Amino acid sequence: MNWQGWLLWGFVATLALTTMLSGSQSLGLTRINIPYFLGTAFTPDRRRAKLYGFLFHLIDGWVFAIIYAFIFESWGHANWWLGGLLGAAQAAFVLMVGMPLMPSFHPHMANEQHGPTASRDLEPPGFMALNYGVQTPVSIFIAHIVFGIILGAFYHVHL
Amino acid sequence: MPAKCAKIQDYGIIGDCRSAALVSREGSIDWLCWPKFDSPAIFCAILDRERGGYWRIGVLNATSIARKYVPDTNVLLTTFHCASGTVTLTDLMPVSSEAFKRTTRLPDQEIVRQIECSAGEAEIEMEFVPRALYGLHPISVHDLGKLGIRAKVGKGVYWLRTNAPLDLSETLAHSRFRIRAGDTFQFSFSYTEEAPAVLNPLGDFVRAGIERSINFWREWAGRATYEGPYREAVVRSVLALKLLTFAPSGAIIASPTTSLPERIGGSLNWDYRYCWLRDASLTIRGLLGLGYWDEASDFMEWMLHTTWLTQPELQTVYTLYGRPALEERELKHLSGFKNSSPVRIGNLARDQLQLDIYGEVIDAAAQYVFRGGTLDAGMQKALRNFGKYVVKHWSLPDEGIWEPRSGRSKHTHSRLLCWTAMDRLLNLRDHGWKLTDAHSFSETRQQIEQEIRSLAWNPALQSYTSVLGGDQMDASLLLFAWYGFEKSDNLRMQTTYARIRDQLDAGNGLLYRYRNDHSEGAFALCSFWEVEFLALGGGTQQAAENLFHHLLSFQNELGLYAEEIDPANGNALGNFPQAFTHVGVIGAALSIADRAKGTQSLPHRQEKASSHGTAQEASA
Repeated sequence: MNWQGWLLWGFVATLALTTMLSGSQSLGLTRINIPYFLGTAFTPDRRRAKLYGFLFHLIDGWVFAIIYAFIFESWGHANWWLGGLLGAAQAAFVLMVGMPLMPSFHPHMANEQHGPTASRDLEPPGFMALNYGVQTPVSIFIAHIVFGIILGAFYHVHL
Repeated sequence: MPAKCAKIQDYGIIGDCRSAALVSREGSIDWLCWPKFDSPAIFCAILDRERGGYWRIGVLNATSIARKYVPDTNVLLTTFHCASGTVTLTDLMPVSSEAFKRTTRLPDQEIVRQIECSAGEAEIEMEFVPRALYGLHPISVHDLGKLGIRAKVGKGVYWLRTNAPLDLSETLAHSRFRIRAGDTFQFSFSYTEEAPAVLNPLGDFVRAGIERSINFWREWAGRATYEGPYREAVVRSVLALKLLTFAPSGAIIASPTTSLPERIGGSLNWDYRYCWLRDASLTIRGLLGLGYWDEASDFMEWMLHTTWLTQPELQTVYTLYGRPALEERELKHLSGFKNSSPVRIGNLARDQLQLDIYGEVIDAAAQYVFRGGTLDAGMQKALRNFGKYVVKHWSLPDEGIWEPRSGRSKHTHSRLLCWTAMDRLLNLRDHGWKLTDAHSFSETRQQIEQEIRSLAWNPALQSYTSVLGGDQMDASLLLFAWYGFEKSDNLRMQTTYARIRDQLDAGNGLLYRYRNDHSEGAFALCSFWEVEFLALGGGTQQAAENLFHHLLSFQNELGLYAEEIDPANGNALGNFPQAFTHVGVIGAALSIADRAKGTQSLPHRQEKASSHGTAQEASA
């Protein structure tokens, strides 16, 4: 297990993913703000939510990166396209399974069936996160593929 | 179609210090730009009843309609009476303290409308017709069940939620329902460019939000330290001014609207959703005079820090974040208010030279300091550089305070403010601030004074004039006393005032700002300058109070003023509501109160002012 590679490139890949999604939001391709999305689970304070969400996402990225690392180790090798494939698979899982289930995980996400309540008042992402813009799946897909490519390409690179 | 709204003064304003909406007497929101004052409008029926979008909640067959704000707040109440009952519509953009925002998730922008029946019953009609980009495109609306109705435009998304029944078509929502005594229906309309959007529940949460907003505004209005006469008008004016403040930067816009005409059917239609530095000095005086230090400090910060991109040169007009205003263009698809076209966005004044603004900014800073404020190193450097700029450029012709598009002249008012710039920098130096190149500033002050006294004075007319060597009047000459160049009771000012009254009299006790061929309305601010002139000693206290009292008759029933007044019928003209006019109300009231108390809130000016023979001496 290349712990150094996991720590370093997991960090870099997560930063790249976050940056791409933030750029997509600035360009108007999606409305999703991942740090805010995650941080609202911890605090109603908008500014703090973004900070907490960013830190959570960073840890989340590392957690996923270690899964990638285990897979690379079990395959015995890693390269950019294998990483990219894993990224695509992860994105598909996040979009098709994770997002629709988000009202069950996120303590303040409203439910489409019951509508907003005092404690659950956040717009749910819906299937493929399409509620946050029709190009949201594309943005998330590309960002995760880049995440995987970075991990796959650099996992065995020793500095 | 939105309900008929024939007059500009038929509107009221609600806002959240980031954006504002105009609500008509009939309960129609006919103007709304989100997320900022200068964003494209989603409702602009005020500028085109066919193409502009609107959101109306009204009572069918209403026999009378009464409007008021909840006292000392910006929460608007419209009460409809009909044969079968009485219904009250409450309109607001919810506001709350920063502390509350840290504990509760709230939408970025929101309008809340609550309709309650207090007696009998009534038939309510609601029409929600959003249109993108100033009415250019209809917007598709989608029903997302219990989450509400969603409309996507560009980078953002709008949500409409209600407990009233709704019929949805592709681009609008419509509703007609009966309301009975004790019933309450609520509407929440929100906007965000960030996901996930916050969709607060209706019911108690909305009621609490209304209560919270009322408390917020009352607490804010209660901070006004003014104890003089006409307190209600003064507090309403500062509440209006607060609504025109863009809280994230501290900028204060001239007005939340564009292209409300200065002449019905005419082309004097301009975009005022920007910040004019010419308003600085009088605005700071108003805010400080009422004890609003935080707002004055924010405005000072905005003026001296946010404009750094163009310093030491200052532009006439800036955006909310201190960028040059948008280039002017016409929206040809809109017919304009009562067919007053063109409708313009952006403002050509951004390219004009107005030398008075340096004096305005420096004078604002001087007032701020003399009342106890401090200037950081960056502010001091900016002021010093403005002063050097004035030394080099004061003698140039410019467009002047009124921004005519007919070219540049040597305006007396611009000279007056260049003199003010030099004078206040020297005052600041006398108070220990290391701001000045004292010799050149003193020399320039003297040169400007000589030029004004010789070339701006017309011996044949026995009056100061609008431009050097001219023979026309300009109401801005009334400010000679305010800035401390002349005492208001001296002979020159008295004869100048008589000439202004003679040449610029618009009838109905009002003044034109200058004489031109456009037949625009009387300029409301100039009449408040006249009140100040009288209160500063140019007339009796009674004369000042009588005029002020008369001017209050031109506000609408909500206490709001536009830029101009039609002297023939008292109707409001121009963009609405207008910050500069409300600054005039506050300033005039402060001067009246000062005179009554026998005090001077700006004593250094009167000490400096030249006497040049009093009127009493002249008459003797």
